[in-house]
Amino acid sequence: MGKLVALTGNYAVAYAAKYAKVDVVAAYPITPQTSIVEKLAELIESGELDAIMIRVESEHSALAATFGAAIAGARAFTATSSQGLLYMHEFVHWVSRARIPAVMAIVTRALAPPWNIWPDHSDYMDQRDAGWIMGFAMDNQEVFDLTLQAFKISEDPRVYLPVMVGLEGFILGHTTMPVELPDQEIVDQWLGPRRQEYVIDGREPLALGNLAWPEDTEEMFMEIQKAMNNAKKVIKEVDEEYGKLFGRKYGGLIQCINCEDAKYFAVSMGAWTGDLIEAINKLREDGYPIGVIRIRFCRPFPYEDIWEKVQNAKGIIVFDRSISYGAWGPLFSDLITGLYHYTNKLPTMSNIVAGIGGVNITYNDFARMLTNFVETIEKGEKPPVFTWYHKR
Amino acid sequence: MTAPNPQSSKPRSPLPFNMREVVLPGDSACPGCPIPMAWKVISAVFGEKMILVIPACCSSVVVGAYPGNSLKASVVHVAFASAAAVASGISEALRKRGITDVQVIAWAGDGGTADIGMASLSGAAERNHDMIYIMYDNEAYMNTGIQRSSSTPYGAWTTTTPIIGKTEHKKDVAKIMISHGVPYVATASIAYPHDFYAKLQRAKKIRGFKFIHLHAPCPVGWRFDPKYTVRVGKLAIETGLWILYEYYDGKIHLSGPSRPYMDPKKRKPIIEYLKLQGRFKGITEEKIKEIETYVNQHWEWVKRHM
Repeated sequence: MGKLVALTGNYAVAYAAKYAKVDVVAAYPITPQTSIVEKLAELIESGELDAIMIRVESEHSALAATFGAAIAGARAFTATSSQGLLYMHEFVHWVSRARIPAVMAIVTRALAPPWNIWPDHSDYMDQRDAGWIMGFAMDNQEVFDLTLQAFKISEDPRVYLPVMVGLEGFILGHTTMPVELPDQEIVDQWLGPRRQEYVIDGREPLALGNLAWPEDTEEMFMEIQKAMNNAKKVIKEVDEEYGKLFGRKYGGLIQCINCEDAKYFAVSMGAWTGDLIEAINKLREDGYPIGVIRIRFCRPFPYEDIWEKVQNAKGIIVFDRSISYGAWGPLFSDLITGLYHYTNKLPTMSNIVAGIGGVNITYNDFARMLTNFVETIEKGEKPPVFTWYHKR
Repeated sequence: MTAPNPQSSKPRSPLPFNMREVVLPGDSACPGCPIPMAWKVISAVFGEKMILVIPACCSSVVVGAYPGNSLKASVVHVAFASAAAVASGISEALRKRGITDVQVIAWAGDGGTADIGMASLSGAAERNHDMIYIMYDNEAYMNTGIQRSSSTPYGAWTTTTPIIGKTEHKKDVAKIMISHGVPYVATASIAYPHDFYAKLQRAKKIRGFKFIHLHAPCPVGWRFDPKYTVRVGKLAIETGLWILYEYYDGKIHLSGPSRPYMDPKKRKPIIEYLKLQGRFKGITEEKIKEIETYVNQHWEWVKRHM
């Protein structure tokens, strides 16, 4: 059976890669991702993990080498943060458009200038148009589970897309929490050997990425959109299977807390949802009927699942830890578009952008924003559509 | 037009003919393009058992459009700066999987090597992954329309050095790779297929990182008649401008075709090479002298390391 250990979020990532028995790790150090690479190097050098580590000279090469290893039939893994993720952005697209399964952890961190190592979601959300399945964890146990599940989802023939797993730097990355590690044999049976649509290993001539005409190109990319839709089902199946085998089921693409009798909903993603849940538990005692919808996967965007929960909502408040400058928080934009599939009469919706550059948002902050939102609507007034919540 | 090469008078065994089974007819190369010529030599050594990793360059187009492919070997098209990095990943995955009979070859132009790919090349060389990196050097960004690269020679016209010509000398990538301490570095030329073949054969037997700097005259970009690709390549050797050598065991081993030109008196005047090429049209005496000085210095460097 499994065993309970104390792990930082970053070590939870490294152990998940170990349990997935990755063949190749290619990585470059960047704060706050570094301890993932260090741990993997230790596991590989000590012989606990039979893998090859490529200590590349840049993040661009980290994902390029991960891609190379993956197309040649290896289960490949990398991790990065912030500027590193931006530096490899060209390959973020390359991997997904080549439809090659791979897993990457993103230990999120603000973008410079100014230099800042604190967490927000700017780096991670910058990748949302790239064709990767994008999961985001709330605590270290979920970091482990999600990273391990990412391999299963990525290598599912209905998907064959790379998966990135987000976790906030420091808040999860460097914070120690109890994490239950599963039985390796059960993981092996469940995950199985590496699966991918094609392997370029020289055994038969195969060309990848030749110049293609517009119609052919578009059709290839339409397949990515289809695979994204398939992934919704696969993510839920994997969550179910994992729950049965290892005792932890999260709810698929979203996790709902206190949703059953809720009239108002708070939507959020990542570790700060823990503070949001605390705030709502407190507000519930005061009679505020609020539920939390935690987005576990923002690509594919789970608008169907959210709609199921919010059909009769009086108000939805969406917390974004990144912003598309000149517009709004990306989760908010996506959710409005998603709900419009079902109704022309959207509930009252409000977007809060906060926690940018690592500004700490406590459960008191959440409580303040939530009561303000609910009371404004209860008074028959309309809360602002967009607020950048800032404090010092 | 040119005096017979002392090397060419020696009897040569023909290269294996299986090259024609791998490099198929009907590619998208320009007339006189050196790329398929080089591939034929490479395929004579490795057959289908090679994976070519090709970044953005002429070769991305030369292999033809999807769903066709003019090479009966594995080809991976990759982002401009990444040939060496992707090849690193493939090489390590093959090692992990126990596949030892397939050659990973990064095949990149001078822009993808000397400029945008320099960091990933340096990284892969330092890590000594088992691969052959071939820089086919047509001395400018030909695929985008003849823009200057750091490998463009001094005095050459390009579309981004349109009036004055390039004012800096060519970046010597082979020299840079030697300083990485990799097990094998060689220069080669498409005009000397036997020499190139022999170098590939040697590289094939060595484990670790091998670098071959392949001189590849481009009729379109260098402005010469497509029938002169080989002649221009040969003149580069005969004028001493391009020196064929191998570097292993800590020293330079001068290759046969270049041996006579160690003696400056045997070298043809540089103008013989320049005058065939429109890119050097109108080059001044002063600039030719500067090129001569550069050539002499380069020879001195080669001799010092023999």
